[in-house]
Amino acid sequence: MSAPAPAMFSPAAREMIQQLGLTRGRANQEEFAVFLESLARENSNIIVVTSDSRGSGKLGPFAKSLPRQLVEVGIAEQNLVGITAGLAACGKKSFGVSPACFLTARSLEQIKNDICYSNVPAVVVGISAGVSYGALGTTHHSLHDFAALRAIHNITLVAPADNFETRGAVLAAAKAVTPTYLRFGKAAMLDLHAPNACFEPGRAIPVRSGSDLAFIASGETVVHCLLAAGFLETKGLHCRVLSMHTVRPLDEAALHQAARECRAIISVEEHSIHGGLGEACAASLMQSGLHPAFRIVGIPDEDTVTGSQADIFRHYGLSMEGLSDLTLKMLG
Amino acid sequence: MASQNDMSPPAWSDSQLALKSIHLRKMTLEAIFEAGAGHTGGGLSCIDILNVLYNRVLKVSPENFDSPGRDHYVQSKGHSVEALYVVLADRGFFPVADLKSLCHYQSHYVGHPTRKIHGIEMNTGALGHGLPICVGMALAAQMDGLGARVFTLLGDGELAEGSNWEAAMAASHHKLDNLVAIIDHNTLQISGHTRDVCSNEPLDEKWRAFGWEVRVVDGHDIGALSTALTQRSTGPVPVCVIANTIKGKGVSFMENVAQWHHGVPSPEEYQKAQNELSAAETRIREVMA
Ligand SMILES: Cc1ncc(C[n+]2csc(CCOP(=O)(O)OP(=O)(O)O)c2C)c(N)n1
Ligand SMILES: [Mg+2]
Repeated sequence: MSAPAPAMFSPAAREMIQQLGLTRGRANQEEFAVFLESLARENSNIIVVTSDSRGSGKLGPFAKSLPRQLVEVGIAEQNLVGITAGLAACGKKSFGVSPACFLTARSLEQIKNDICYSNVPAVVVGISAGVSYGALGTTHHSLHDFAALRAIHNITLVAPADNFETRGAVLAAAKAVTPTYLRFGKAAMLDLHAPNACFEPGRAIPVRSGSDLAFIASGETVVHCLLAAGFLETKGLHCRVLSMHTVRPLDEAALHQAARECRAIISVEEHSIHGGLGEACAASLMQSGLHPAFRIVGIPDEDTVTGSQADIFRHYGLSMEGLSDLTLKMLG
Repeated sequence: MASQNDMSPPAWSDSQLALKSIHLRKMTLEAIFEAGAGHTGGGLSCIDILNVLYNRVLKVSPENFDSPGRDHYVQSKGHSVEALYVVLADRGFFPVADLKSLCHYQSHYVGHPTRKIHGIEMNTGALGHGLPICVGMALAAQMDGLGARVFTLLGDGELAEGSNWEAAMAASHHKLDNLVAIIDHNTLQISGHTRDVCSNEPLDEKWRAFGWEVRVVDGHDIGALSTALTQRSTGPVPVCVIANTIKGKGVSFMENVAQWHHGVPSPEEYQKAQNELSAAETRIREVMA
């Protein structure tokens, strides 16, 4: 066999993980499945809809233990979203689960009309999101989902950074009376938060304080920002890290505070640099008259480089090294 | 072998193609094993179909791939890309050694077909796209008065995508007698049997009801596949070939097991699989001799 794909973290980054004492959790989509099952045991109104996606969604155990609360529709994502909407319209708390790439492209009209416009409290769950599927190529990447959904009124967009945020997001979605999109990846996550952290949709979670530069990040990129902040500390730079798990509604208060208190801001996301978290931050800052030095880190507007998720992150600087270099350049 | 300017595939006997199928299965397993990823079950189930297409039916060759009059093949079940790459490499579209870079950083050989690879007509991988694309290609061939035929290969699980049925309706409406949809009817998808996930039976009646001429064949019978794929429809209608196949065909422990959809063999399993295929090869050679 040829060499396995290089791991997500460089040896130096792994050392920093040790220094910061970060422990390894599950993949967010697995945490989602386990946690949702625990909620569904107590609440038979929770219904999961899958499109030959229970394997990737880690919903095999859910299907076995709560077969009456799982609807399988076959490989038909548009149908899945319509059915999820119909269930929600009739009082079910429905979660439609399928790879984010198909769910938010092919079924976009169903999300827009059947869920958002009709305003039913359905939950659209995009699994293996961003470039989780790596070398399967562009058909399997979702680098457009924030952009597409940000332009659709009435849906909360959440990309959790770790298992704690995942549980918080699932609980909030289960209680929500309006539509939610949850975005999960398939790689095991590191636990980022202090035990007393609090998850609330639309409220960024401070992961680290500092006022030289602020990283504002979402989803699986937050950990790389934290590692970069750890590295930059050794260079005498104090960097703030905010987990902006909710891309919409954006926590503008936390963003503006960072802009006032820090010399520069870097936004980081596993998404196209167009239309995602970075542009949401930029628009908010510009319109509030705040103009810190600002860079958007994400997947640039080109044929995405091929390779694993780790390859793609490293290639585009979504790594401790890449983010540290950019910070040093910006702070000169 | 075909001459440089001849678009017809080389002339192989049925037993030579049967031997080639085994060789292609071995290569497919090797590519998946080396990459440590891939879609094994559905690749093995469609090898005979791809073999017959590229080595007997399709008027397409590496030399003439730019010719507008060539036949077109679009693999709608894009996940079985390893099988397609292997068949194209064997047919001379690119060096077999290229497959070593499958799924590697910065390699064009990603886990679904892309046009960056010589011989690939369209980028696929999201299911339910091939048939609509082929309706467009078949229309274009008719508009331009070209005799070209257009083929696509769909998975049976894939048929749950509504876009297929929209295209099926459009194809018969437009009397696309130059269009062939092949169903890799292996009765399995990721989560298990298609009849348990979301049943699509009776398949033949569905396609007939949509106005297609339906041919049901053994998808591992070189002769039967050749006839079904070569003969044009008897009327001004598109053709649907339902190829009854076995997912994981050729490797005893992979056959009809859903987990092998994207299972990658361990070194021991890989050796066992290669040995089984070698034994099958010997048996065919003995019969030929
Ligand atoms: C639109 C879309 N949804 C889901 C998938 C994920 N997926 C890849 S293969 C597959 C199962 C395909 O089953 P089938 O069509 O029967 O193919 P085969 O058995 O020939 O492998 C699924 C769900 C996809 N590639 N595209
Ligand atoms: Mg199948």
